[in-house]
Amino acid sequence: MSNLTLIVCLLVVMAMAYQLGMVRSRKVATINPVQRMHSRPQHYGMMVALWAVLPAFFILVIWNLLAPDVIAALVQQSLPPEIQSQDAQAVAVTLRRIANLAANFGIVAEAADWELAAAAYMQQLQHSSGLMLTALMAAIAAAGLTFSYFKIAPQRRARHQVERVVKAVLVICSTIAILTTIGIVLSMVTETLKFFSFIKPTDFFFGTTWNPRFSTTGATDQGSFGLLPLLSGTMMIAVIALLVAIPLGLMVAIYLAEYAPAKLRNTVKPVIEVLAGIPTIVYGFFALVTVGPFLSDLGQTLGLTIRATSALTAGVVMGIMIIPFISSLSDDIITQVPKALRDGSLGLGATKSETIRKVVLPAALPGIVGAVLLAASRAIGETMIVVLAAGNAPALTANPFEAVSTVTVTIVNQLTGDNDFASPQSLVAFALGLTLFVITLLLNIIALVIVRKYREQYE
Amino acid sequence: MSNDKLQTATVTSADINDIKLQESLAATAAQPVKITARDVKVFYGDNQAIHGIDLDVYQNEVVAFIGPSGCGKSTFLRCLNRMNDTIDICRVTGEIKLDDRNIYDPTLDVVQLRAQVGMVFQKPNPFPKSIYENIAYGPKLHGLAEKKSDLDDIVESSLRRAGLWNEVKDRLNQPGTGLSGGQQQRLCIARTIAVSPEVILMDEPCSALDPIATSIIEELIDELKQNFTIVIVTHNMQQAARVSDRTAFFHLGNLIEIGATNELFTNPKQKRTEDYITGRYG
Ligand SMILES: Nc1ncnc2c1ncn2[C@@H]1O[C@H](COP(=O)(O)OP(=O)(O)OP(=O)(O)O)[C@@H](O)[C@H]1O
Ligand SMILES: [Mg+2]
Repeated sequence: MSNLTLIVCLLVVMAMAYQLGMVRSRKVATINPVQRMHSRPQHYGMMVALWAVLPAFFILVIWNLLAPDVIAALVQQSLPPEIQSQDAQAVAVTLRRIANLAANFGIVAEAADWELAAAAYMQQLQHSSGLMLTALMAAIAAAGLTFSYFKIAPQRRARHQVERVVKAVLVICSTIAILTTIGIVLSMVTETLKFFSFIKPTDFFFGTTWNPRFSTTGATDQGSFGLLPLLSGTMMIAVIALLVAIPLGLMVAIYLAEYAPAKLRNTVKPVIEVLAGIPTIVYGFFALVTVGPFLSDLGQTLGLTIRATSALTAGVVMGIMIIPFISSLSDDIITQVPKALRDGSLGLGATKSETIRKVVLPAALPGIVGAVLLAASRAIGETMIVVLAAGNAPALTANPFEAVSTVTVTIVNQLTGDNDFASPQSLVAFALGLTLFVITLLLNIIALVIVRKYREQYE
Repeated sequence: MSNDKLQTATVTSADINDIKLQESLAATAAQPVKITARDVKVFYGDNQAIHGIDLDVYQNEVVAFIGPSGCGKSTFLRCLNRMNDTIDICRVTGEIKLDDRNIYDPTLDVVQLRAQVGMVFQKPNPFPKSIYENIAYGPKLHGLAEKKSDLDDIVESSLRRAGLWNEVKDRLNQPGTGLSGGQQQRLCIARTIAVSPEVILMDEPCSALDPIATSIIEELIDELKQNFTIVIVTHNMQQAARVSDRTAFFHLGNLIEIGATNELFTNPKQKRTEDYITGRYG
C-alpha cells in the first residue's frame, strides 16, 4: 500500500479509536460509581486514539527512512560480481538505472538482461516491503488500541497524557522551524567559506572594485570582488529611503494618533497599510516609468544631471514603500503613551503641539527608533525596486544622482544566467547574502531590544 | 452661599471655642471670591455626570470635595481648569468664573487658564525626563525664567516647598520616573507650583501614599494656603478634616452640602451627609 493510503487508514483508525475510547470510558464510569473518573470521556477517547495511531505512524516514518537503503543494498548484492567491483560512483549510477526501471520510468540506452532481472528483484522487494509495513502497522495499531482501551480506569490520567502529547507536537514543530533557519544559515556559511577559499576575505570586505569576470574558468585572475561599492549603494539608497519615509511617516503617525478623529483614523490607517502590501515589483515599475523620468526632468529644470535610473529614484520609491512601516508602528507607539502624561503637560498650560513635541514624542522615541530600524532592515533587503530603478552600476560613488548597484541586485545578477555553481562568481552570492543577513539581523536585534526596553517603561 | 451667611454661621456655631475654626472662617470671610460656579452641568455623551452645581471658592482657602465613588468629584474638579476639554465626549454647560472672567468664554486662552489653575492628578505622572526637566518644563513653556540661573532658582524653590529638595538635590539629572510613588507625587506638586498658579486643584493626591508621605503633603497644603487657593478631592475624611477650611459633599452629581469643615463633620445639616460621614452609607 502507498504511504498516502496508509496515512488515510491511520486517520480512520484514529477516529474509530476515539469513539471506542469515549464509549468505553463512559461504561467504566457507570461500572465504578464510587470512584470518579480522573478525566473527561474526550480525554480517554483521545488517549486511545493517540495510542493507536502514534506508534504506527512512528513505524511508518522510520520504515520510509530505512527501507530504500536496505532494498538498494539487497539489490546491489544480487548484481553480477563484475558490476559490484566497479567504483562506488559507477555502482550508484547503475542502481539509479535499476530503480528507474523498477519504477517503470524510461532509461537511456537499452537495458541489459541482468539489469532487468535486478529491476524485477527490486520491484519484488518493494512490494514485500510494503506488505510488511502494512502488516506491522496494523499489528502495532491494534496492540496500542487494545492496550490503552483496557487501561481505561478511573485513576488513569488521560488528560495529562494527552496534554503531554500536545506539548510534544508543539515542541517538534517549533524545533523544525528553528532547525530550518539554522540549516539555511549553515548552508550559507559553508558556501561562503568555499568562496573565501578563492578570494581572500579582506579583498572581499575591503575591496573597492566590483568586477567579477565570468568567462575565466581555470584562469588565475578571478576578477575583483570588492563589497564596498555594493554596500555603499545599498546604504545610500536605504538612507535616501529613510530620509523620505521618516518625516512623512512620523507626520502621518502624529496626525493619526493625536489629531485625527477616531473615524478617520480607522479608515486611513488600513489604507496606508495597503502601501506595504503592494508587490515591490509594482513599485519598481512605478519607479522606472514615472518617478525616474520625473526626477530627471526636475533635475534638468534645476540644472542638475539626474539619471532616470539612479540611487535617488530607487531611494525615493523605496521610501514611499516603507512609509507604512514607520507610520503604522509609530502610531501604535504614540497611542500607547499614557494619557496621564499628556494631561500632566496640558495641565501645566502647554499647547497640544508643545505637549506632542516635548512630552509625547520623547516618551515614544525609543519605540519610534525601533520602528525606523525595522523599516531600515526592510529597505536594505529590498530587491525588486533596486533591480529596476537603481541603474545597476557597481561603482563607488557618493553622488545620489548616479546609477548604483546594491548587494541584493548583485546577488540576483550572480545567480541568474548560465554559470557554474562552484565558481567564485556564483559563490560570491552566498557571501553577499550572508553579509546582508548579518546586517539586517543586527538591525532587527537592536530594534527589538529598544522596543522591549520601551515597553517596560510604563508597566 | 454668601459671605454674610457664613459669618452668621460662625456666630451661631456650637464650636465657637474651636480656635482653628474661628481663624479659618475669619480668613475665609475676609477673602474675595476666587472661583464662582453657577448651574454647572456635565455630560459624557448622553450621560449626565453633574446635575447643576453652584459653588464658590474663596481666595487662599482650602476646599475639600468628598463623596462616594463616581459622584462626580473629579469631573467637577476638571471643569475648573477645563481639563474636560481633553475628553472628546465631554460637554460642560453653565458658568464658571475665575476672578470674574468666564473660563468657558470662547475668547479665553485655555493655555493661560491652565497656567493660572494648576492641577495635581490622582496618579503621579512625572514626565520621563530628569527631575530638573520635570520642574523646569512649565516655567520654560511660559518664559518665566530669562536666564539659566533664574530657572535653577525656580527649580530649587519649588522642590523645597514641596519638601523634596533634600531628597533629590544630588540627583537632579536622574529620571523623575525613578522616584518612589510619594516622591513622584511631591515632584508633580512641585512641578505645578513652579508655574506659580493662583489655584491648585488636587485630585486625591494622597490616594497612593503611605501615612508619612501623606502627612508631608498635608503639611505642604497648609503652607501653600498662604499663597494659593486649593481645591482637593479626597476619600479620606480625616484628611479633609485636617487640611480643609471648608468641605463640600457630593452625591450622584449633586452638591448636597458645603460648609465650614468642622461644622460639616460635627453637625451636618443634611441627612445624606451625616449618613456618609458616619459610614452608614458608602
Ligand atoms: N471619561 C469618561 N467617560 C465617560 N464617563 C465618565 C468619564 N469619566 C467619568 N465618567 C462618569 O462620570 C461620573 C463621575 O465620575 P468621576 O470620575 O467624576 O467620579 P469621582 O467622584 O471622581 O469618583 P472617584 O471617587 O471614584 O474618583 C461617573 O458615573 C463616571 O462613570
Ligand atoms: Mg475621581
